[in-house]
Amino acid sequence: MDFTLSKEHEMARTLFREFAEKEVKPLAIEVDETEEFPRATVEKMAKAGFMGIPIPKEYGGQGCDVLTYAMCVEELAKVCGTTAVIVSAHTSLCCDPILTYGTEEQKQKYLPDLASGKKIGAFGLTEPGAGTDAQGQQTKAVLEGDEWVLNGSKIFITNGKEADVYVIFAITGMIEKRGRMTKEISAFIVEKGTPGFSFGTKEKKMGIRGSSTYELIFTDCRIPKENMLGQQGKGFGIAMHTLDGGRIGIAAQALGLGEGALERTIAYVKERKQFGRAIGAFQNTQFQLADMATKAQAAQFMVYKAACTKDQYTKDHKTSYNVEAAMAKLYAAEMAMEVTTKAVQLHGGYGYTREYEVERMMRDAKITEIYEGTSEVQRMVISSNLLK
Amino acid sequence: MKVVVCVKQVPDTKGGVKFNPDGTLDRAAMLTIMNPDDKAGLEAALRLKDQYGAEVTVVTMGLPKAEEVLREAIAMGADKGILVTDRVLGGADTWATSQTLAGALRNLEYDLIITGRQAIDGDTAQVGPQISEHLGIPVISYAQKIQIEGDSVIVERQYDDRYHVLKAKMPCLITALAELNEPRYMTPGGIFDAYKAEITTWGRADLKDVEDSNLGLKGSPTQIARASDKVRKGQGEKVTLDPSESVTYIMDKLKEKHVI
Repeated sequence: MDFTLSKEHEMARTLFREFAEKEVKPLAIEVDETEEFPRATVEKMAKAGFMGIPIPKEYGGQGCDVLTYAMCVEELAKVCGTTAVIVSAHTSLCCDPILTYGTEEQKQKYLPDLASGKKIGAFGLTEPGAGTDAQGQQTKAVLEGDEWVLNGSKIFITNGKEADVYVIFAITGMIEKRGRMTKEISAFIVEKGTPGFSFGTKEKKMGIRGSSTYELIFTDCRIPKENMLGQQGKGFGIAMHTLDGGRIGIAAQALGLGEGALERTIAYVKERKQFGRAIGAFQNTQFQLADMATKAQAAQFMVYKAACTKDQYTKDHKTSYNVEAAMAKLYAAEMAMEVTTKAVQLHGGYGYTREYEVERMMRDAKITEIYEGTSEVQRMVISSNLLK
Repeated sequence: MKVVVCVKQVPDTKGGVKFNPDGTLDRAAMLTIMNPDDKAGLEAALRLKDQYGAEVTVVTMGLPKAEEVLREAIAMGADKGILVTDRVLGGADTWATSQTLAGALRNLEYDLIITGRQAIDGDTAQVGPQISEHLGIPVISYAQKIQIEGDSVIVERQYDDRYHVLKAKMPCLITALAELNEPRYMTPGGIFDAYKAEITTWGRADLKDVEDSNLGLKGSPTQIARASDKVRKGQGEKVTLDPSESVTYIMDKLKEKHVI
């Protein structure tokens, strides 16, 4: 077992860090304050290839592994949680299911523009009555001639109004399963600008405030028959498998938030003086930092392990990574919440102000325990695997 | 069109400066970056590649570790990397360095050679122009803008308060300023490709038409008398005088120090 990163990965980290420090960090406070989507940053990321890191070169991507992608999200999150989730939702929740389940025509049509960042991707599963209970969907798709007609709405959609390509889930019928009638769910690719597809309210959020979180509304929205993603009725499996991958992205985001808060706290406790000494000289501070660093390191190992396991899946299409992804997300998200909270505490009154970035990081961290499967859902995934 | 860019791996001053006992930089022990002026030169070459399909070759002279800077250049989009490394080339000053690089460049075809204006570790700005002398080609230094027109290159040469526009027939050498452009980032996929790419390594034997007496520490007319990290300035001198006395006082001091 070798915990050393390859030279390629080390150089990639240098790239991501340099980009994050130079292009993302200076805007992080403004993005949070104004709640504006950082479009210019996304364009720069597109130019640098960050919007298609694990997409094969034949589809216009960078052809890198999932570990490289996770490191990118991690480094972005160290300075801006919003920017990190834009990349994560785009890559894991839109590009990945099209790559995994799309027909060759769909891959050729959508992936080059997504991987180059010319277009942004989003994913619509959640509905007002269907969060953790994804079976509670109400959005319907009915086949009429050569078109599917979508009716319903999706909420809390990351990259909502800014995206161009959406992977959307809808009920396409009822099927009997173990003697019970259950909803048959299918996945679709929907393009922005399709008549009948509009946007509802923008969410006002506690954190990741620059990410565009919108309601999507479908009113007799007609999409071509060939825009079904994967087989009819396989939507639930596609959603779950996609979220397994997405969790690695969110785990990496949480990891970066924790690490970023730790870095700022280390710098702060060396400077801040109380009772004639830097507060870093007090044992309480030292022990807090030791715990924060240890948990961040543990989270990093778990996130990288999950990423490498998904890489193995990419090669053999057999290796399961859902438990690793769930564990990484569960642990990294809870670490991020704990570490950012401690960071605010160690900053004292200043940490509670918006002048110091740990305040924003603490608000950003909370969502990582909720979206793409709450921590409770991760515990369900992990324990069901233990007890099967 | 063939463009060769000379780049140097220099210490990243953020990581602190370390010296060998003989006063030369302990390059192996320091964090390193691609010299900023050279990076701008590389970006200029890559733009010529984007625009005219130029082939971009990157050359560096240094320790085997300097290979990293070539991989970085390839990850940004350069086509080939050549590392010139040999124990006998160590300790070179600008003269011996330019002789070495000229010896390497004589093996290559080029329309343009681009070097950085100067490296942040030596700040001499001599190597680029010296290379052009050895190769017998024109040089335009301090380029702030580069354009190609037929078989010529049109360059804006920067001065403190103005710029000159110069036109030269290719092949020629240009020294680039960091202000020339905003260098692109490496791409993640480019990084993985760069580590698969083969780096050509040349030693003393591969250098063309260069005398041994012009190479390495022995071939360097400049010897380092003393080197040190940033020396802190003293407290200075504070005097309180009325304005007319102040002028006289300052003038006398400047004369005393031979500034005027």
